[in-house]
Amino acid sequence: MTRLVIDPITRIEGHLRIEVEASNGAVTDAWSAGTMFRGLELVLRGRDPRDAWVFAQRACGVCTTVHALASVRAVENALELTIPANARIIRNLIAGIQFVQDHVIHFYHLHALDWVDVVSALSADPAKTADLAESISPYPDSSVSYFRAVRDRLEAFTATGQLGPFANGYWGHPAYRLTPEANLLAVAHYLAALEWQRNVIRIQALLGGKNPHPQTYVVGGMAIGIDPNSPTALTMRRLSEVAQLIDEARTFVDQVYLPDVMAVAGFYKDWAGIGAGIGNYMSYGDFPLGDPTDPRTFYLPRGIVMGRDLGAVLPVDHAKVAESVAHSWYAYSDGDATPHHPWKGETQPAYAGPPLPYESLEWHDKYSWLKAPRYDGQPMEVGPLARMLVAYASGHPEVREAVDDALRALGVGPEALFSTLGRVAARAIETSLIAARLEEWLCDLEANLRTGDLAVADASRWDPSTWPAHAEGFGMVEAPRGSLGHWVVIDDQAITNYQLVVPSTWNGSPRDAAGRRGAWEEALVGTPLADPQRPVEILRTIHSFDPCLACAVHVYDPLRGTSTTVTVG
Amino acid sequence: MEPGEGTLGRLLVAHHVSRRAFLRFCSAMAAALALPPMYAPRIARALDVAQRVPVIWLEGQDCAGNTEGFLRASHPTVADLVLEILSVDYHETLMAPAGTAAERSRSDTVGAFPGAYIAVVEGGIPVAEGGVYCAIGGRSFRSIVEEVCGGALATIAVGTCAYDGGLPGANGGPTEAVGVSAIVPGKTIINLPGCPMNVQNLTATIVHYLTFGTFPAVDSRGRPTFAYGQLLHDQCERRAHFDAGEYVLGWGDEGHRKGWCLYKMGCKGPETFANCPTVRFNDRTSWPVKAGHGCVGCTMPRFWDQMSPFYRRLSNPPGFAVDVTADEVGLAFVGAVTGLTVIHGAASYARARRARASDEAISRPAGGPAGGPPPSGDGRPEVA
Repeated sequence: MTRLVIDPITRIEGHLRIEVEASNGAVTDAWSAGTMFRGLELVLRGRDPRDAWVFAQRACGVCTTVHALASVRAVENALELTIPANARIIRNLIAGIQFVQDHVIHFYHLHALDWVDVVSALSADPAKTADLAESISPYPDSSVSYFRAVRDRLEAFTATGQLGPFANGYWGHPAYRLTPEANLLAVAHYLAALEWQRNVIRIQALLGGKNPHPQTYVVGGMAIGIDPNSPTALTMRRLSEVAQLIDEARTFVDQVYLPDVMAVAGFYKDWAGIGAGIGNYMSYGDFPLGDPTDPRTFYLPRGIVMGRDLGAVLPVDHAKVAESVAHSWYAYSDGDATPHHPWKGETQPAYAGPPLPYESLEWHDKYSWLKAPRYDGQPMEVGPLARMLVAYASGHPEVREAVDDALRALGVGPEALFSTLGRVAARAIETSLIAARLEEWLCDLEANLRTGDLAVADASRWDPSTWPAHAEGFGMVEAPRGSLGHWVVIDDQAITNYQLVVPSTWNGSPRDAAGRRGAWEEALVGTPLADPQRPVEILRTIHSFDPCLACAVHVYDPLRGTSTTVTVG
Repeated sequence: MEPGEGTLGRLLVAHHVSRRAFLRFCSAMAAALALPPMYAPRIARALDVAQRVPVIWLEGQDCAGNTEGFLRASHPTVADLVLEILSVDYHETLMAPAGTAAERSRSDTVGAFPGAYIAVVEGGIPVAEGGVYCAIGGRSFRSIVEEVCGGALATIAVGTCAYDGGLPGANGGPTEAVGVSAIVPGKTIINLPGCPMNVQNLTATIVHYLTFGTFPAVDSRGRPTFAYGQLLHDQCERRAHFDAGEYVLGWGDEGHRKGWCLYKMGCKGPETFANCPTVRFNDRTSWPVKAGHGCVGCTMPRFWDQMSPFYRRLSNPPGFAVDVTADEVGLAFVGAVTGLTVIHGAASYARARRARASDEAISRPAGGPAGGPPPSGDGRPEVA
């Protein structure tokens, strides 16, 4: 039995430490620990609830905007505000392009290097790479000269001897399986995606002033003037600029990202049997197409799939969400045995790990800055796979068609979805579906402009003197990484409690009071290790969840291990 | 390596970027730095012969917002920056290796390029309780900052958290987060506050160094004057409406649709020093006021406390003349805030007490107690 430590886990947002026990070439147990805490929930206390979204948005700069959305929804829920249709559509557009851009960045820039050997691409034949590209996609950048230029650029880069972010990678590892040509194709699209992402996210600048951290949310709607007759407002001309960017986004997703994922998956089909995890999947649902407070209008449905049973979808009741701190560095005033619903949530940091610097953490006691959220007592996986499974099980026609197409192309059954590879594929499928909806939503907005509906906010509760003395609210959002909830308590016009229960807290949670593992910990069990000193397989499964540790703001997890601990990477 | 090998100009030729496009970039950089156009050829010459500068990008109590801002770089693009201008040897969000292999990338650069690499720091540095609120590889983030920034040619603090502790350092935060300047005083530190910083200012700072061998001129807080030397209000495209008394009074009203001044909706532009209106964001696409929301003053010291509530109208905005500097207004602003009301006075006292506690913690060896209980949020101003 060997204990391995990987710290820092890189190509994620935030600070994550993973420790595993391994024997006979596979992981037998795992612990995930977030090692950074900021105290955002404490900073929010006493503030103006209308300001909360500006603070909360800084929970994460990668999945930027989603915390702003959760925050305004929570305060609007507390104040019983309904936003105008234009604000709903603009929010959908901002969130939608966030999904599309963020998922593509995740695949190429945070995840691909677990599957793609950059050094191998140097020996690729550009002509064969062009053949490969043309066989999987009509994307125009597929000429021999294009791939030769990419290879030459890569060669010139490596010839300098300064490998920058690619130094010390696991190149040549036996777990890499792509051909040199497939590797070159992926490297070319790594660079192309860098260009693409900075351009298409300009949609958020047009609608939100900037990205990251767009700045046009307000409690009650959006702070963006729309008026076809005012050049300083959102006009048809600016909307046509948005339309063009949507078109660029969709083309890249359908002609580059999705085909690449399917091609890479074809080389790694065994990963459809690895990394399943806990098998409970939850989605709050999102993208309201009508009344934003009615989940029945959501494009992506709300629901829960338990125990990998796609035959039933259970309802979601926010009252059943509770957080345990039994293995987290916090103290509850009534003891650590009882989980707290977020409205009664407490954030009292109580570090109990070893003094710094440390070699290992104490897994038997508290070991993380993450709390352990549970739904009705059960651990849940959230994220693109959960959303696609809930939609699939709900009979969502577009999701069923897209998922079935992908399964057929790979020659696998639905059980393959419960895996590391299933997460990668679900993310790409979801991106394609959302990219296809953006144009429709934009048309809805244009139609409103034409009919003279220019309302962007409900100002009836803007003045705090109109608020009740006490109010409680919650805001639920599907963020790219999964189900996100903000809970707020307002007394005498100020925040008295604010709690965030975020996707990476669900997925990356430590054990709860009953000793049950979180989703990452469970998914790592059984992961093969060809070379334990270079554990690229662990990165594959962890990255398939797209961890975002600053989001999981309560997280911090040092571990104290045995004397056999080996720090690797 | 032979002279010239691997230089920017050569690499650009190698991947077919035209000379004209390269010179266009150099002109854009000269403009960003407020240099006369005649400097463009000099920038081009400098970049032609420059070796890629090693960079270690550290992330502490951060949200990666500045990293994402870096990915949005457009002139040059992030691919140009990473592949041709810089050698980003350590950046947790972008780098291929993990664990000890990642740490090797960091220590290799610190060892091989003493005094010759640029450190970039993103996020706050918590000093409470021996630094347990941010650990990487089992080490306190503070100790990593001390090592990496202590041996760097210079440190660029990107974003407000690395500037002065930012969000985790705001009132109510228990971790005693501070900025880089508090950890390695006396070192060369360029502060690029903003939430996040504008990547155009980061690029311009780096290009200035590559061209002239020095970093751009800074004010007393280490902020480059080319970016933070002017009041946002004086550069604002809505300024004429302020002068004409035309204000937005509600979201979506006629004034809002017509692009009138957001002062009465709480805009902090009259007290904020930044070049957002001229540089804008995302390839010069927009900035918050242009889109319709007020400025929140995110480049200013301790803005989470000093500039909030964000929708409360500024009471007596100082600094309306174009010739005041950020330093002068900063002093006037701090004075005004301290004297405003008893409540404000209490808040300032709480902040000052906290700052002293942080200073004591910094001067003490790591692992010691933090110097008193964490501040409560009780002393902050009432919500308007």
